[in-house]
Amino acid sequence: MMPGRRVMDDDEIRRAATRMFHEILERNHGADGLLLIGIRTRGVPLAERLAAQIQQAEGITVPVGHLDINLYRDDLSERPRMRIRPTNMPVDVGGRTVVLVDDVLYTGRTVRAAMDAISDLGRPLRIQMATLVDRGHRELPIRADFVGKNIPTRQMELVRVRFLETDGVDDVSILERGVA
Amino acid sequence: MVSTASNEAGALPADARRDTGLRRHVLDLDDFTIEELTATLDNAAAMRGVLERDVKKVPALRGRVVVTLFYEASTRTRISFEEAGKILSADVINMTASASSIEKGESLLNTGLTLQAMGVDVIVVRHPHAGAPHFLARNLANVAVINAGDGAHAHPTQGLLDLYTARQYLGELSGRKVVIVGDVLHSRVARSAVWGFANMGASVVLCGPSTLMPDPFTSAGWGSDHGSNGLANPLANVTVQPDLDAAIEQADLVMALRLQSERQERGFFPSLREYIRRWQVNDARMARANPGALLMHPGPMNEGIEVSSGLAHGDRSLIEEQVTNGVAIRMALLYQLAGAAAVES
Repeated sequence: MMPGRRVMDDDEIRRAATRMFHEILERNHGADGLLLIGIRTRGVPLAERLAAQIQQAEGITVPVGHLDINLYRDDLSERPRMRIRPTNMPVDVGGRTVVLVDDVLYTGRTVRAAMDAISDLGRPLRIQMATLVDRGHRELPIRADFVGKNIPTRQMELVRVRFLETDGVDDVSILERGVA
Repeated sequence: MVSTASNEAGALPADARRDTGLRRHVLDLDDFTIEELTATLDNAAAMRGVLERDVKKVPALRGRVVVTLFYEASTRTRISFEEAGKILSADVINMTASASSIEKGESLLNTGLTLQAMGVDVIVVRHPHAGAPHFLARNLANVAVINAGDGAHAHPTQGLLDLYTARQYLGELSGRKVVIVGDVLHSRVARSAVWGFANMGASVVLCGPSTLMPDPFTSAGWGSDHGSNGLANPLANVTVQPDLDAAIEQADLVMALRLQSERQERGFFPSLREYIRRWQVNDARMARANPGALLMHPGPMNEGIEVSSGLAHGDRSLIEEQVTNGVAIRMALLYQLAGAAAVES
């Protein structure tokens, strides 16, 4: 297997997350009414980390929800084996400032599905988007409010994010399509 | 070796799975691997989450058409399929034998071909004859078929919801003792539940009057042919014990079957009173099972006959939970079949 080109290591991921949580608090004037929602799979560990860092820095507990968006996708044919996993919200989304958290922002279709899913759960005050990597190539009018790192890519490339919690290591690499 | 007779008598059609390996029909539980059973139960768990929301609607099956085609009466199975389809945003059309061309003598095949020509994606069929769903599946190239009960043969979605409910309360099913008591002979529910529970590693004890027990059990035609699909014969985990007081010792789960009074005209047991005395599941008998043992019943229930009223509505009863879980299981199956169909088109 080709190792791919590593573009972020564990220190860079940690620093990027630190900057992101500061930006989230700055933009929202604190953590009141915040709800971080991680999009499964790898949005969840990132959301948990942001919440843990906010807890450490500010002493405030921000609730973290887990969102599975497979029932809202528009590409069932490309993901027929997808397992659906539970969506858990510790609090009602109604009236909250929701920050959607994912590892990679690409076409924007996942975010579109996530916003549909959240609308079915209630009516948040506003929805913002945080992503560790923005790799471009949007197919919908969607942008991120908080970005860990902008990484220009070609469409034939894959961006692989690994987190300790899910993969045993923290790094971001660019792979050629077809290389696992 | 698979005998010719078994192929004709209702072995699975060759195309129960697509070339991709994905399932295209749900006809019985006997071709589900443990991995597929587990994946289906996991998906159903996520579907339960949707059922608990204020707005019970997700767009997953928008634009797909599901027909429920019922040649036999049903309340919970038909309605739960309808609800499952509607929550997933499919269009659901209900067809009953008494209010359609079936009454004018249209054959099952022609009804199926008509629905296929109308662009239906899934047919959910219940039929009094064993093998009717398999027949439809063999003859319809572009429709997914789900068996909602065929004669005394199989009721796979009931079997799956039983597994789901059991797993929800007992956790790991391997090594658990499950007693299925009552009219096993006429019960498609029992036949599917046996496959499911035995496959998951539970030990299954069948209990009931010997006249209502397929005898000898393993030569009843629904176990001996299997093994060719790569599954171990799960019937190794199944035993028969006609005495309920003995069977229920150390049970973790007791499943009472409906006494099918419409099929009892041949006098399978001396009297109802005798049946109640020997095979009714009640509090006294449940006290012999493991502490915390649970009761299931597929419904509709003859309260006071196969189950005492107190037990049916008591703390140990999972009967209403089974109904809720039935919707979640059917959502999971509809979703999985739609995914498989989408790949091909």
